[in-house]
Amino acid sequence: MKDVDMLKNHYQDMVKAHSPRNHVVRNSFRAFWVGGTFCAIGEWFNHFYLYHGLNTTQSTSATTISMILIASVLTALNLYDKIGNYAGAGSIVPITGFANSMVSAAMEYKKEGFIYGMGSKMFTISGPVIVFGTIGSIIVGIIYYIL
Amino acid sequence: MDFMWIDILSYVKAFVVGGLFCVAGQILIDRTKLTTGRIMVLFLLIGIFLTAIGVYKPIVEFAGAGATVPIIGFGYALANGVIKEVGKEGLYGIMTGGLKATAGGIAAAICFGYIAALFSNPKSKG
Amino acid sequence: MGHIGKQTIKFDKSPIITHTYSSVGPKEGKGPMKEHFHHIYEDELMGQKSWEKGEAQMIKHTITSLLTAADKKAKEIDYILGGDLQNQINATHLGVKDFNRPFFGLYAACSTMGEAMGLGAILVGTGLANCVIAGSTSHYATAERQFRFPLEYGGQRTMTQQWTVTGSGYVLIEPTGTGPKIESITTGKIVDFNIKDASNMGAAMAPAAVDTIIAHLRDTNQKPSDYDAIITGDLGHCGLSLALELAQHSEIDLTPNMHDCGAMMFDSETQGTHSGASGCGCSASLFSSYWYKELKAKNLKKILLVPTGALMSQSSAQQGENILGIAHAVSISSI
Repeated sequence: MKDVDMLKNHYQDMVKAHSPRNHVVRNSFRAFWVGGTFCAIGEWFNHFYLYHGLNTTQSTSATTISMILIASVLTALNLYDKIGNYAGAGSIVPITGFANSMVSAAMEYKKEGFIYGMGSKMFTISGPVIVFGTIGSIIVGIIYYIL
Repeated sequence: MDFMWIDILSYVKAFVVGGLFCVAGQILIDRTKLTTGRIMVLFLLIGIFLTAIGVYKPIVEFAGAGATVPIIGFGYALANGVIKEVGKEGLYGIMTGGLKATAGGIAAAICFGYIAALFSNPKSKG
Repeated sequence: MGHIGKQTIKFDKSPIITHTYSSVGPKEGKGPMKEHFHHIYEDELMGQKSWEKGEAQMIKHTITSLLTAADKKAKEIDYILGGDLQNQINATHLGVKDFNRPFFGLYAACSTMGEAMGLGAILVGTGLANCVIAGSTSHYATAERQFRFPLEYGGQRTMTQQWTVTGSGYVLIEPTGTGPKIESITTGKIVDFNIKDASNMGAAMAPAAVDTIIAHLRDTNQKPSDYDAIITGDLGHCGLSLALELAQHSEIDLTPNMHDCGAMMFDSETQGTHSGASGCGCSASLFSSYWYKELKAKNLKKILLVPTGALMSQSSAQQGENILGIAHAVSISSI
């Protein structure tokens, strides 16, 4: 190729011009209604647990657990990835996405065994959430303790 | 069951606020090179931060599950838990508060995840 | 026979591709090229217990069927050359194990078909071997779990992303017989155009494809119009248009006769494959089926097959290395 260096400098712009853009409006609409629906289902659980006598903290936690159960079942039925391909962030941002990342990894690596496959690989995507969540909460705790 | 219809408005609020958090995530996916794993961590840290400075609690009170179901709400639970626990237990609470408040979710994800995977296999996407 | 120009070997006595065989998975078998493949699996597990075993089974089946078609026994093969996308090209090791023949394992990412055919042609063209099998393979599920996410993970595919082909193609190269001839080969260099986006492999490979095509034309003193078709491996729709523009910058117009296997394999609209197909099974299975048949029927007199590869690993991507590109050209004539 001629003038390789010149081409190289322009290449990032060329790539940008030739790459099809993601349909951000369409995708956002899908993410909105699917993610919103997950939250509305969560709200139903919230009401359900409050109605049955749990306090606010308990019912929030119970709602989370229920949403995780739903996501686990949907993943095990090979459905969650289809929702995800349609909804994008609508299925990543809710806590169901966190559960899906664990279940899908555990399913995928089952062939590598119950201990090193499922046991360790189930954290490949979700591990950082637990790590940063724990460290973040400790930092907040230290700040509140000092203050 | 009458508990379902206690407050129609609360469902609308949860739907809209939760949906908007997802739209924010979608824009990050479509317009930046951030991968989904990074977005999960980012949203979690935002949740912890907003809770620590006291901004997120009103959102939770307003939107209910619309604020607690998104992964930001997981950050809220962690930060809220540690703040409460430090108030109650002092120094000791720094280490226990966050995970104590989210123990249910983490235990459920690990337990349901492992069991679900025992009974199911990934399917070819052809 | 000799080395001409900077990167090309021209054969005095051209090795002949006497037979080919292709196997693909179910999604490929529903695409626009479905009628050309020799074998279509209904299930990506290929009746095995894991994706990896399935991929090995597909390789074994492809080579076995190739031998049957050529009416040859395994012991008549001098060398097997091949590779795949798995770590340590393990699928090919498992797949060729039972043939019990000398084996060269190759890795050039998705350009492995070009490397295998080129080296096979050298072995046969120099008289060092009489019967060489060359090919490559990829599998959607093994590639996905190794390079991306678990299959059941609810992520969204971006518009520049490509779909790894489940497919295998092997060719039989002999010094005599009937079939299209390998006239010359041009070995590609590693080309780095500072691409880091792992969901836009076409952009990483397009400069390598153009670099190799231009090197080939220069070394052999030919024009693009000397070829009925110049066929890249798996640039996809996005990479193909980038390659055409890059070529234009070098004052070479490839538009009239450039094709891309990655853009041909699927129907992006109905099959949801966005920028097209990728994987070393893409060019391997389409050359072994459609393009070979076209050559054999003399609908095409001369083609330049340019399988393209994006060189990366999970570690290299996470450590912020660029995705490198490579492409190997094989010039094949039916006259």
